[in-house]
Amino acid sequence: MSDNNQWVEAGALADIPRSGARPLNTSGGVIAVFRTCDDQVFATGNKCPHRGGPLAQGMVYGQRVQCAMHGLNIDLAAGKAVAPDVGCVETYPVKVENGRIWVNLVPVAASSCACAA
Amino acid sequence: MKEKLILVGNGMAGMRVIEELLAIAPDKYDITVFGEEPHGNYNRILLSQVLSGEKRFEETLLNTPEWYAKHGIALLAGRKAVALNRGRRQVIGADGTILDYDRLILATGARPIPLAAPGTHLAGVVSFRDIAEVDVMLRYARPGKRAVVVGGGLLGLEAAYGLQRRGMEVTVLHLMDRLMERQMDAPAAALLKRSLEERGITVLLNAETQGITGSDKVAGVRLRDGATLPADLVVMAVGIRPNIELARQSGIHCSRGIVVNESMQTYDPRVYAVGECVEFQGNLYGLVAPLFKQAKVCANHLAGAGFARYRDQVQATKLKITGIDLYSAGNIVGGPGYEELVLEDPCKGVYKKLVVKDNRLHGALLYGDTANETWYYDLMRDDTDIAGLRDTLFFGHGHGGDSGHSGRVAIASMPDDTEVCGCNGVSKGTIVRAVTEKGLFTIEEVRAHTKASASCGSCTGKVEQILAFTLGGSYSAAPEEKPVCGCTDFTHAEVRKAIREHRLTTIAGAMKFMEWKTPDGCPKCRPALNFYLVATWPGEAVDDPQSRVHNERVHANIQQDGTYAVVPRTWGGLTNAGELRAVADIAERFGVPVKITGGQRLAIPFIKKEDLPAVWADMNAKGLVSGYAYGKAVRSVKSCVGKGLCRFGTQDSLGLGIRMEKYFWGAWTPHKFKMGVSGCPRNCAEATIKDCGVVGVDSGWEVHVGGTCGVRVRPTDLLCKVKTDDEAIEYSSAFLQLYREEGYYMERSSAWIERVGLPYVKGRVVADGQDRKALAQRFSRSQEHAQQDPWEARAVKGEAPLEYLALEATA
Ligand code: SRM
Ligand SMILES: Cc1cc2nc3c(=O)[nH]c(=O)nc-3n(C[C@H](O)[C@H](O)[C@H](O)COP(=O)(O)OP(=O)(O)OC[C@H]3O[C@@H](n4cnc5c(N)ncnc54)[C@H](O)[C@@H]3O)c2cc1C
Ligand code: SF4
Ligand code: FES
Repeated sequence: MSDNNQWVEAGALADIPRSGARPLNTSGGVIAVFRTCDDQVFATGNKCPHRGGPLAQGMVYGQRVQCAMHGLNIDLAAGKAVAPDVGCVETYPVKVENGRIWVNLVPVAASSCACAA
Repeated sequence: MKEKLILVGNGMAGMRVIEELLAIAPDKYDITVFGEEPHGNYNRILLSQVLSGEKRFEETLLNTPEWYAKHGIALLAGRKAVALNRGRRQVIGADGTILDYDRLILATGARPIPLAAPGTHLAGVVSFRDIAEVDVMLRYARPGKRAVVVGGGLLGLEAAYGLQRRGMEVTVLHLMDRLMERQMDAPAAALLKRSLEERGITVLLNAETQGITGSDKVAGVRLRDGATLPADLVVMAVGIRPNIELARQSGIHCSRGIVVNESMQTYDPRVYAVGECVEFQGNLYGLVAPLFKQAKVCANHLAGAGFARYRDQVQATKLKITGIDLYSAGNIVGGPGYEELVLEDPCKGVYKKLVVKDNRLHGALLYGDTANETWYYDLMRDDTDIAGLRDTLFFGHGHGGDSGHSGRVAIASMPDDTEVCGCNGVSKGTIVRAVTEKGLFTIEEVRAHTKASASCGSCTGKVEQILAFTLGGSYSAAPEEKPVCGCTDFTHAEVRKAIREHRLTTIAGAMKFMEWKTPDGCPKCRPALNFYLVATWPGEAVDDPQSRVHNERVHANIQQDGTYAVVPRTWGGLTNAGELRAVADIAERFGVPVKITGGQRLAIPFIKKEDLPAVWADMNAKGLVSGYAYGKAVRSVKSCVGKGLCRFGTQDSLGLGIRMEKYFWGAWTPHKFKMGVSGCPRNCAEATIKDCGVVGVDSGWEVHVGGTCGVRVRPTDLLCKVKTDDEAIEYSSAFLQLYREEGYYMERSSAWIERVGLPYVKGRVVADGQDRKALAQRFSRSQEHAQQDPWEARAVKGEAPLEYLALEATA
C-alpha cells in the first residue's frame, strides 16, 4: 500500500471494554484494536509473533497485551514483544474523534515489522 | 534534583541492592560506588572454580565497567572509603575524594580471620577471599609443590580441592574431630573425608597449628604435637569476621557486625547496611541467599516503598567440589524432642539425614544424592506439615508418579542436548548458557529468558537443579513468601486477608487500597483478585470479564487454530438419546466431529468464536449447560455405574455423582476442581486421584481429598468416613469451601493440602462440627449466586453480545 491515508472507521470507543480488545475486519485482513484502562486506543496486526495466536483475544493491561495462547506480552505502542521475549507485530495509526475510533490501514512505517514471518 | 546515594563495597550484596533498586526506581538516585577491589562486581562464590581451573575470572563478572556506565553509576574501582562524616553526610576516600550523600549503603563484607600463630606475614601465606588472593595461590600452584590448608570448613575444602586440581600435594589441617562440623554430623563427615582422601588430599583432624616456619618465605607448618609439615603455600581458612571498621569509626552502633533493623537500616537511619558486614537479631551471615533477600528489602526501602521486612530464613550450604554432592540445611544435629530419620547406603556412598519435630522438617543433610534438596528446602521454608509424606520423604517429590518428569536426575552427567522442558523444547545446554551469559540467579529469571518450566511446570525441579548446579552455591531458592506479582508486594495470603477484612469488593478498590504499583495490574494479579473477590463476597462483588483469563471470559476452550471446544455437562457421566441427538445435530450443522474427553464427557471442537452463541442456543434448547471445561471451577463429577447396575456395587455412586454435580456446578475455585464417585473400593471412577473423591463402602462412603492426576500424580488423603449421601455432600462441600476461602489462586487442592497440612483440614472439616456446618452453609449460599448457566446468559439472554462479534471497518 502506498497510499498514506487509508483511514477507516472501526466503531465506537464504547464498543471495546476498558482494558479490552476486539478484532477489526478490514479489506486487508484482521487488525486487533485495543483500549487501555485510561482510554488510549492502539491497533496492531492480529497475529502473535510467537505462533500466530489472535492478539485481539488477549488480556490488556497497562499499554500491553498478553497473548491468550502461550502468554507472550506485546508492548502496544511499539509493537514489540516485552523483553526477554522477542518478536514484533506491525502497528497502525489510530485516532478517536467524537467517540468514534479511526484506524489507518497503512502501518506505521517505523514499525514495519521485520521479524513477523 | 536526584538524591545522592553512595554504596561502599562493590561486592555481591551491595551491588544486588543497586540492581534491585534500578528495577523498581531507576531514576531516583545519582549513584556512586566505592570499591576497594579494582574490578567491577564479580561472583565471589565462583572463585573456587577459578582456583580449580573450572572457570575463568571473566566468567565470574556480574557487572562490567560498561554496565556501570550504561546505568549512569560512577564506579570508583580501586578506591577504598576510609572515613565517614555523618554530620556532613560525606564519605572520604583513600585518595582524599570527598563525596556527599543523602543515603549511604555499607556493604563492606567480611575479612578472613588471620591465624592466631606466628609466621602469617611470610610470603606464600594467604587467605581465600578475593581474586587477588587467588592470583597469589595460582603463582605458587605448581605440580609437585606442597600446600597446607588450615581449616576444614567449606572454604578450606574448596581451596584444597582447587589446589589439588592444579597438581599440588595438599594437606588440610582441621582443629575439630570432623570436617565442616557446623554443617555435618559424624557419619557424613567421615564419608566426605574418605572422598577427599580418594582424590589424594590428606586430611588431619584434631590438628592444632602452632606456627608457620620460614625466614621470608614459608617453609612449613608446625603442629602442637611437634610435627612439622613442609609447605610452599599456606592457605588460612579459619573463618571470617564482619568488616565493620568504617562503621565503628564513625560511631554507628556495632556489635559483632553492623547492627541493622528489619529494613536494613543502621542506627543512623540514612545509613543502610547489607551483607556479611551486618548483624541482624544477633545473627551473622556467610552465604549469599540471605544477603540477596536483604538487598531486596534494602532496595524497597530506598525506593521509598518501605513495606518490605527482612526475616531470616533457613540457611543451606552446598559444597562446590565436582563429584562430591553435599547439601546441608537447617538444624542437622537435632536435640531433645527431635527425631532423626537416617538412610544410609554405604555401597553407593549415600547418606541422608532428615531432622523432624512435630511433623515439620527442621534440617536436611544429604551426602551422595542431593537430588531432592530444593524440595526439602521448600518443606522447611514453608513449614509444611509432613505427616502424610513421611513414608516417602526420603524418595523425594517425584515419588508416587510424575509422568516421569521430575524424578532423580544426575545433572552433572546429563548431556547438554537433553530436553529438560518438554513443553517448550528447552535443553540443558540452553539453560546453562542463559544462566552464565545473562547472569541469572533465580528460577523466575530462567523462566523469563528461556521459557524452561514456564508452562506446565513439571520440570521446575530439574531446572532448579540445573540452575543450582551451574551457579554453584550462589543459587538462592525462592524467597519465603512471594508477592502475587510485580504489581504489588502483597502476598496471596495478605491480599485475601485485606479483601476479607476491609470488605473490598471491586478490583479497582482492592488495587487502590493495597497501593498497586500499576494502573490496572497484569495477567497474573487481575485474575487472582477477581477470583478472591467473587469467592469472598458472593452476590456482592461483580465479576470483571476483562480480568478473566481468555477461556473463562469466552466460556469455551480456545484451541491451536483459534477455534473453540464446547463441552456441556453430562451429569455424573449419564446422558440420554435427546442430549446425544442435540450434540449430533450441532456437529452435523457445523461439520465437526465429537470427541469423548479424558474427563468422561462430550466435546465439540472446531467451533468458530462467532458461532459459539448459536451452538449454545441449540444446546440450551435441549437442556445442556456449560461443563466449565475452561474454568478454574468445578469440573466434572466422574462416576461409575454403582449399585443399581454393577454386581459389586455397595452404594449408588451414579445417583450420588449426579446429585453432587447438580449441587457443586458453577462454583469458581482457586484452580480447577475435579470430583469423582465410585460405588465400591474397586474405584472405577478413579475417585482417589480427584480433588475430592467419594468411594462407596458397605457402611457408607469414604471422603477423599487433595488428589490430582495431571503433571504430577498425587493420590488423595482420606478425610473421613460417613454414613449417608447427605453427609458425603456436607463434608465435601465444607472441604471445597475451605479451599475456596483459603487456597491461593492457581494452587490446586493437592498443593494447598500439602501447604496447610491434612491435620489442619481435618481439624476444620471433621473434628469441629460447627465449623463444618458453617463452611457448608457458606458454600450453599454462594451457590445461589453462582449457579447461572453462562451459556444461557450469552446465547439466550444476550449477555456480552460484543464479545463474540468482530468490529467491521467502514470507509
Ligand atoms: C479436553 C481434555 C482432553 C481430551 O480431549 O480429553 C482436556 C483438555 C485440556 N486440558 Fe486437561 N483436558 C481433559 C482432561 C484432563 C484430565 C483427565 C480428567 O479430568 O479426568 C487431566 C488429569 C486429571 C487432573 O486434572 O488431575 C487433565 C489435566 C490437565 C492439566 C494438568 C493439571 C494439573 O494440576 O497438573 C492442565 C493444565 C492446567 O490446568 O493448568 C490441563 C489443561 C487442559 C487445557 C484446558 C489446556 C488449556 O488451557 O487450553 C486443554 C484444552 C484443550 C482444548 O483445546 O480443548 N489439563 N486434563 C479433557 C477435558 C475433560 C473434561 O471433560 O472436562
Ligand atoms: C571462595 C569463596 C567461595 C564461596 N562460596 C560460597 C557458596 O558456595 N555459597 C554461598 O552462598 N556463599 C559462598 N561464599 C560467600 C559469599 O561469597 C559471600 O557471602 C558474599 O560474597 C558476601 O557478600 P558481601 O557483599 O557482603 O561481601 P563481598 O562480596 O566480600 O563484598 C564486599 C566488598 O566491599 C569491599 N570493601 C570493603 N571495605 C571497603 C571500603 N572501606 N571501601 C571500599 N570497598 C570496601 C571489598 O573489597 C569487597 O569487594 C564464598 C566466598 C568465597 C570467598
Ligand atoms: S489436551 Fe491436555 S494432554 Fe492433550 S495436548 Fe492439550 S494439554 Fe496436553
Ligand atoms: S501464539 Fe501468542 S504466545 Fe504463543
